[in-house]
Amino acid sequence: MRNIWTIARREYNHYFTSPIAYVVAFVILLTLGFIFGLVVYGASQAAISGGFGGGAPAAPGIDWMGSTFNFLLMLTIPALTMRLVSDENRTGTMELLLTAPLRDWELIIGKWLGGFLFVLTILAVTVIYPIILNSLETPGLDQRLMMATYLSVILLSAAYLALGVGISSVFSNQIAAMFATLGLFIFLWWLIGFPASYLQSSADVFNYLSTSTHLNSIYSGTLNLSDIIYFLSLTALGLFTGTAAIETRRWN
Amino acid sequence: MIRVEGLIKDYGERRALSDLSFEAGQGEIVGFLGPNGAGKTTTMRILTGYMPPTDGSAVVAGYDVVTESLEVRKRVGYLPETVPLYTDMRAVEYLKFMADLRQIPDSADRAYDTLEMVGLENRANSFIGSLSKGMRQRVGLAQALIHQPEVLILDEPTIGLDPGQVVEIRNVIREIGKQRTVLLSTHILSEAQQICDRVLIINKGKIVAEDTPENLQARLVGSERVSLRVRGDSDGLAKLLLKIKGIQNVDNAPDGSVEFQFAPGQDVRPQVAKAVVTSGYELLEMRPVGMSLEEIFLELTREDVHQGKK
Repeated sequence: MRNIWTIARREYNHYFTSPIAYVVAFVILLTLGFIFGLVVYGASQAAISGGFGGGAPAAPGIDWMGSTFNFLLMLTIPALTMRLVSDENRTGTMELLLTAPLRDWELIIGKWLGGFLFVLTILAVTVIYPIILNSLETPGLDQRLMMATYLSVILLSAAYLALGVGISSVFSNQIAAMFATLGLFIFLWWLIGFPASYLQSSADVFNYLSTSTHLNSIYSGTLNLSDIIYFLSLTALGLFTGTAAIETRRWN
Repeated sequence: MIRVEGLIKDYGERRALSDLSFEAGQGEIVGFLGPNGAGKTTTMRILTGYMPPTDGSAVVAGYDVVTESLEVRKRVGYLPETVPLYTDMRAVEYLKFMADLRQIPDSADRAYDTLEMVGLENRANSFIGSLSKGMRQRVGLAQALIHQPEVLILDEPTIGLDPGQVVEIRNVIREIGKQRTVLLSTHILSEAQQICDRVLIINKGKIVAEDTPENLQARLVGSERVSLRVRGDSDGLAKLLLKIKGIQNVDNAPDGSVEFQFAPGQDVRPQVAKAVVTSGYELLEMRPVGMSLEEIFLELTREDVHQGKK
């Protein structure tokens, strides 16, 4: 466990010296801030004009947050994970780690944890938006939806980061790792829906494999066990791929 | 200590190590000499638990490198050929990271102490990327020493260092070698002679010679080689030299000089000088040529072939 922490801490600290991580944090926070501003502005305009159809205007919710997060994480996590393992392969420092008293899975989990803690740090900053909305409105936000949204974002980050680390372990080139990761995310979110709509008989299988199915179910405010299991399975798959890639490298 | 028996490593079709066996005891510094691609790095990578062998066994510090890899890795310090450094870390941070991975208590103190050992205490807070090649080499060495390992494996530890640093690093290695086992690879024969108790010469994945540097030297310098240069054409010079008794292996060197060999104790240089001058050549230079490592290899592999034929 200490080894995992040693690796994770190094990666976490490394993010704060890397321009990519700042750009990622900037993109996520700026986009959310922009949309937050639009939501509040739109609601205030609606309130001034008395709303549509004469009824009381709806208070702005946070239903926009989940899908925005998914989109942002899909685009930015490949940039956070691309160098995690591939760079060690490229610079030869992998030889250092593989001859240190460190199990291969400890290395991979440590790398993943470093990225996860960094994403959690960014997520912690974004909590300010729901808090502001909550204080602006009566009776306040839908607490259930807010918890579900953040839980889904945390699970989604864990899964995306693990897949990113797994793919990064296969490559020794960061750019290749980034595009492969991005491609996988787009596939899981969008492209996998096509076979589902054409192959009626096995649609359930494809739908289950798609991130958007599970995200939609969470955005509706209900959190099913099957959704949680789905994201945890993706996380395990990513970490397993990473460990297997390192093992394979040893044998070659 | 290190004990290697019948080690074999295949990279696909290519056999990198074929039946390699040797031992290195405690308090011994063993030098690994060999041309590029001979299998030095492969052997070291197997001994450090980086990769498993195809066949054969290796025991390092009392543990098997395949079945007890983690125990081996705890007890081995390794400096790979391409020094593995994080250039965006400070020297002391990097060493602290390595000390943490080795679960050393007070890792920060140990990092400073080890930097002092390799003479880099005044660059502790420099980014590794800003250090010179020699300094990086020393940071790499510090990383291998930080946990005071029982066995130290160094792949070309003095490459890229200036002469002063080479002496320092050799002293560090010699000091460590008093109580521990050191296996180091080098291209430089004189380095092996200066610091190693024993030298293994490896070629094509096999050990072709194993002896103390002194014995090896004596065996190899079975003859003395001389370079001869004359003004103008050296045509016919080789033929002339071959007529003199005791001269062997006459070669025309690419720079226009002629090289020949004679057995020790049968110095034929006076006869050569006389013969050259009386034949009308103008003698410019006659000097002994030291044996380079490459020539020693050629010599050794040739010996190998002869023994094979017998």
